[in-house]
Amino acid sequence: MRSVVRHLLLIAFGLVMLYPLLWMVSSSLKPNDLIFRDPSLLPAAWDLTNYTIGWNALAHPFTHYLANSAVVVAGAVLGNLVSCSMAAYAFARLNFTGRRLWFAIMLMSIMLPIHVVIVPQYVLFSELDWINTFLPLIVPKFLATDAFFIFLMVQFFRGIPKELDEAARLDGCGHIRIYARIMMPLSLPALATTAIFTFIWTWNDFFGQLIFLTSPDMYTVPVALRTFVDSTGSSNWGALFAMSIVSLIPVFVVFLFGQKYLVKGIATTGIK
Amino acid sequence: MSALQELSGLRREPDRGRRGRQARHGRQSRSAAQKGDNRAAAFFLAPWFIGLFVITAGPLVASLYLSFTDYNLLQDPNWTGWENYARMLTDERLLNSLGVTFSYVLISVPLQLAAALLLAIVLDRGLRALAIYRSVFYLPSLLGGSVAIAILWRQVFGTNGLVNAFLGIFGVEGQGWVSHPDYALGTLMVLNVWTFGAPMVIFLAGLRQIPETYYEAAAIDGASRARRFRSITLPLLTPIIFFNLVLQLIGAFQSFTQAFVVSGGTGGPADSTMFYTLYLYQRGFGAFDMGYASAMAWLLLVIIAGMTAVNFLASKYWVFYGD
Repeated sequence: MRSVVRHLLLIAFGLVMLYPLLWMVSSSLKPNDLIFRDPSLLPAAWDLTNYTIGWNALAHPFTHYLANSAVVVAGAVLGNLVSCSMAAYAFARLNFTGRRLWFAIMLMSIMLPIHVVIVPQYVLFSELDWINTFLPLIVPKFLATDAFFIFLMVQFFRGIPKELDEAARLDGCGHIRIYARIMMPLSLPALATTAIFTFIWTWNDFFGQLIFLTSPDMYTVPVALRTFVDSTGSSNWGALFAMSIVSLIPVFVVFLFGQKYLVKGIATTGIK
Repeated sequence: MSALQELSGLRREPDRGRRGRQARHGRQSRSAAQKGDNRAAAFFLAPWFIGLFVITAGPLVASLYLSFTDYNLLQDPNWTGWENYARMLTDERLLNSLGVTFSYVLISVPLQLAAALLLAIVLDRGLRALAIYRSVFYLPSLLGGSVAIAILWRQVFGTNGLVNAFLGIFGVEGQGWVSHPDYALGTLMVLNVWTFGAPMVIFLAGLRQIPETYYEAAAIDGASRARRFRSITLPLLTPIIFFNLVLQLIGAFQSFTQAFVVSGGTGGPADSTMFYTLYLYQRGFGAFDMGYASAMAWLLLVIIAGMTAVNFLASKYWVFYGD
């Protein structure tokens, strides 16, 4: 009895939590003049007009921005996987001079607000002529600047028995082969967590993309959506909602298939 | 183990590794092994070192320098001493943005953590379909920082929005919550509370660490549910509460996207949603007043570091680390 009440309360609360999302989905399927008169979730008729309007409402078809976002995300994911796992191998397995100090510096860099480095970064990237390219969003990832993932992988590597790499060393394996042939295959869960979080964060990232991408050609989904808000104002909410939903679908799909890694990732390291 | 625990336990942990190594190889071969390790580390850490110096530490120092100049991106910077900092003291909009940000952080973070803790406790221990509930509550924290959700929020709390539609059912006349200076910030606080799922998952993991035997022993001694919560669950959870608190405070202080999109980049109405980072963005990348923006960034760093330090000091009085 008691647990029935608990379930009912949880279900009701869950519905309240998700209601805005469901409302956005259903509104995107309604004609504009009905969205605000009718708060119900089930549209009278399924109408995809908003999607076709929204898709072509900006300077480029929405596919263009999706492709731009995909390029940035793919670069960021690849960069984080390679660079963070390399650094993590050093911190977890190599006994080099000053390890403790560098490790502490690495941990502290996780907490550093981006705002305190963004102005000189902007100057640096404009000297390099990288403004309005994807490079400022991708190259730093190949330099392990998302130190958070180094930490995540160090934690994971520590759980892999040292006997494995010691045996490999006795067989004459060097560090590069131990890293590539032993640690990487055994760390697939940590790599998956890194890839998933990098995907979601980069896909959602607004601040960096707003600053470094300046022309509609290079806009990614978040920046394009923002110009959509500015250009349509409050006149075409249906189309705006439709494109907002399109922008959330990749995150939602990754969430569905990657839940296990997401939950494990935040539980062991404590992040969003 | 969390990054924070790691930082505070930094001194102990690597020693264990070193002792183990020493025992195995003895003193002489250790230094030879370390030399080899140094070479390998130089290779594996090379990308990180370059990133640390070029993308992180270099710009950190450079922005400190720029904060003492009148840099505007077009002309070379001129040294102006403390002028930017002095200007901040009299900049009404900046002082306002600090007030806005502090009230946002100090109200929404405790509420968010309270919701996270409450739901974690309700979901803990043998509840069926736990995984489904966890996913449902967690989803908003993945989406919450996106432009799409900010757009949704703008409309949920708009004049013709979802909230007013519901109020209308009860005959209450709503208003444009996001366009009213008294309420706009509140809608952003609600958005932050809505993303309680991430700390909730951390609480759930923490709750699972508490041995069942503690509860059994307390039950045998006749402790009530409330007593067990107060004397077992809460004290053993304080390190996790502390961890979540530190992280969420740091994160909330840097919120940007939601205020930017909901207010259309202005921080309005009447600067009521002018987050500190939004004002920084306007100064630096709207007005190209980059010297001033750098000074603002350093103040932000000092505030966040100070807030975290106060947190750590205060933690001595309420965080229980067992033995």
